[in-house]
Amino acid sequence: MLKKISKIPFKGTPEQEAQLNALIEENKHDSSMLMHVMQQAQAIYGYLPFEVQVMIAEGMDIPLEKVYGVSTFYAQFSLSPKGKYNISVCLGTACYVKGAQSVLDEISKQLGIAAGECTEDGIFSLEASRCIGACGLAPVMNINDDVYGKLTPDQIAGILAKYKD
Amino acid sequence: MEMVNIKINGMPLSVPNGISILEAARYAGIEIPTLCYLKDINEIGACRICMVEVKGARSLVTACVYPVNEGMEVFTNTEKVRQSRKMTLELILSTHRKECLSCIRSGNCELQKLCKEFGVDNEHAFDGEMPAFEFDDSAAHMVRDNSKCILCRRCVAACNQQKVSVIGANARGFDTHISSAFDKDLADVSCISCGQCIVNCPTGAIYEKDDTAAVFAAINDPEKFVVVNTAPSIRVTLGECFGMSIGSNVQGKMVAALRRLGFDKVFDTDFAADLTIMEEGYELLDRIKNGGTLPMITSCSPGWIKYCEHYYPDNLNNLSTCKSPQQMFGAITKTWYAQKMGIDPKDIVVVGIMPCTAKKFETKRDHQAASGYPDVDYALTTRELARMIETAGIYFNHLPDEEFDNPLGEATGAAVIFGATGGVMEAALRTAVEVLTGEELESVDFTEVRGQGIKEATYSVAGMDVKVAVASGAAAAHEIMEKVKAGTADYHFIEIMGCPGGCVNGGGQPIQSAVVHNFVDLKGRRAAALYEADKNLPKRKSHESEAIKRIYAEFLGEPNSHKAHEVLHTSYVKRPKYK
Repeated sequence: MLKKISKIPFKGTPEQEAQLNALIEENKHDSSMLMHVMQQAQAIYGYLPFEVQVMIAEGMDIPLEKVYGVSTFYAQFSLSPKGKYNISVCLGTACYVKGAQSVLDEISKQLGIAAGECTEDGIFSLEASRCIGACGLAPVMNINDDVYGKLTPDQIAGILAKYKD
Repeated sequence: MEMVNIKINGMPLSVPNGISILEAARYAGIEIPTLCYLKDINEIGACRICMVEVKGARSLVTACVYPVNEGMEVFTNTEKVRQSRKMTLELILSTHRKECLSCIRSGNCELQKLCKEFGVDNEHAFDGEMPAFEFDDSAAHMVRDNSKCILCRRCVAACNQQKVSVIGANARGFDTHISSAFDKDLADVSCISCGQCIVNCPTGAIYEKDDTAAVFAAINDPEKFVVVNTAPSIRVTLGECFGMSIGSNVQGKMVAALRRLGFDKVFDTDFAADLTIMEEGYELLDRIKNGGTLPMITSCSPGWIKYCEHYYPDNLNNLSTCKSPQQMFGAITKTWYAQKMGIDPKDIVVVGIMPCTAKKFETKRDHQAASGYPDVDYALTTRELARMIETAGIYFNHLPDEEFDNPLGEATGAAVIFGATGGVMEAALRTAVEVLTGEELESVDFTEVRGQGIKEATYSVAGMDVKVAVASGAAAAHEIMEKVKAGTADYHFIEIMGCPGGCVNGGGQPIQSAVVHNFVDLKGRRAAALYEADKNLPKRKSHESEAIKRIYAEFLGEPNSHKAHEVLHTSYVKRPKYK
């Protein structure tokens, strides 16, 4: 699936930049470390926006387009930040059979974002996850550390309302 | 070299060990079809058209990347191979926007040609979902239409070879598409407009912005005085569009065709190339004498200029302030010539026939309007001119040879070789040495600066050692510019062209198939025709041109005079690498 590029302004801190620069410094002599650097950069920033990819490209002396190509090829890389509340809907076999897709679709509809994206106000992000091992509660989702089980689409509005500060 | 014995279609052969089956087959006179393969720069085995059978192998193998070994038996034309290739073509067609009748590459499309050769009789064999791709016409010089892209990545390889690398394959699977980082428009990335992607594309997915309709309209407008000028290299490449062999010099027929198209005057950009030598040569002497920025670097190639602006913005002072020959030509036409002829420059339309797509970008640059109107109105590629000739029903191959109009049609051999890498340098040396020493050269051939790759030479001129370098292609420019940036380049003068081999291999030149790119010395054969033309001209030094002498006497005064600066020089801007 095509990844949507977030329009949310980049809010990196000097501390994050220092961490990234140290990481690049350690790996810049070996272009085969690109994936590693990107994974660690995502750990630092939560996602890989334009500004971060430019820093990686310049630091590693690898064309920006190549960095972007890698970031759009692998599912593990995100071009959208995580929201204040990250909603993770399990699409493992049990949850899927029990209707997780309709739950995901309902959240997507209410928030106006697809899986892998973040709302423009930065409050919610949405992702589909693999089996989280709570099949007895299927269909299940996490909102940060809160777990919601035996979900139906009509419960979604009420659950989301709890998080609208 | 270790040789191995193999059999291709039963024919025993001895070939160098380790070469690909594709290359080995050429020894047997067999052309294995390819789509993605570009020798040395795109050997990725992706398109699966070159599949062949190898005795003992579990499945068909890709001939382009599969090395030969002792005793190998290859079959290139079995039923299994033919069916495989046909199915691959049908699968490619399933996501290809098929508008072959009106496509810009119809008749010169490698996919179309293979479909014909392999008898693809159902172009809808695997119809299904089509990927939704955007059409990018943001750039001044070209259009990208991914609905005709077959994902061979030859454009990506060409862009990487230029060390520009602003396009690549993004996303994966069915969504895979060629685009720039963050899917930005081509106008918003540091593309240098060289067009090397275009001349390497097998289909109609990338092509120049076509200005032929606007030029036909100008010709038909009775109010307009339409002046055309042809760059040095066009005379040795245009013939390819009409089935002539690579390196045919068709100058006379080209002039005749332009006249029959209805241009009011048919002039030669070579006149302005001679003028460039005068201005650039004196600029160099001035910099050497008066402590100006050195090394000075040529500014004829707008692809190179844009590369420098994006990638070496702190070195813009190294660039000669001279406009390119195309722009000098336009400037002189709309000032001196307009005055002489009593024509208002607003009614003059200047059309350049260029080997180049970056020339389209160049016409829209700032400080390129000496008369108050753009120096050049339209820059057409060699391909667009060929299209106009075809549209007009001109039987090119049977045209008589005609001469350029005067006075802007006079040129020397020094100007003709501008079209090949090293040509500007050689032309400059011919004039600089004579001006500095006051003596006539024994030989005008400076062969050290000819040919491919980065070339360096030192010439002793009037007691001074002049050190020069020549580079073509942005990757070679990168190599030299790293030294210039570091302050370790002790050259006085550097010639840089944006395309590998110079203008003869420009992004606006006739498109040859990958087979020609891979196995024929395209650049070399085209360049050889230019050097041959130079050799046969009565005058081979720019400062000996009567037209040049006259223009300085009547209009410009001296080279680098105030007037010359007003009309013939320009400025550059720093451009961001990312935005």
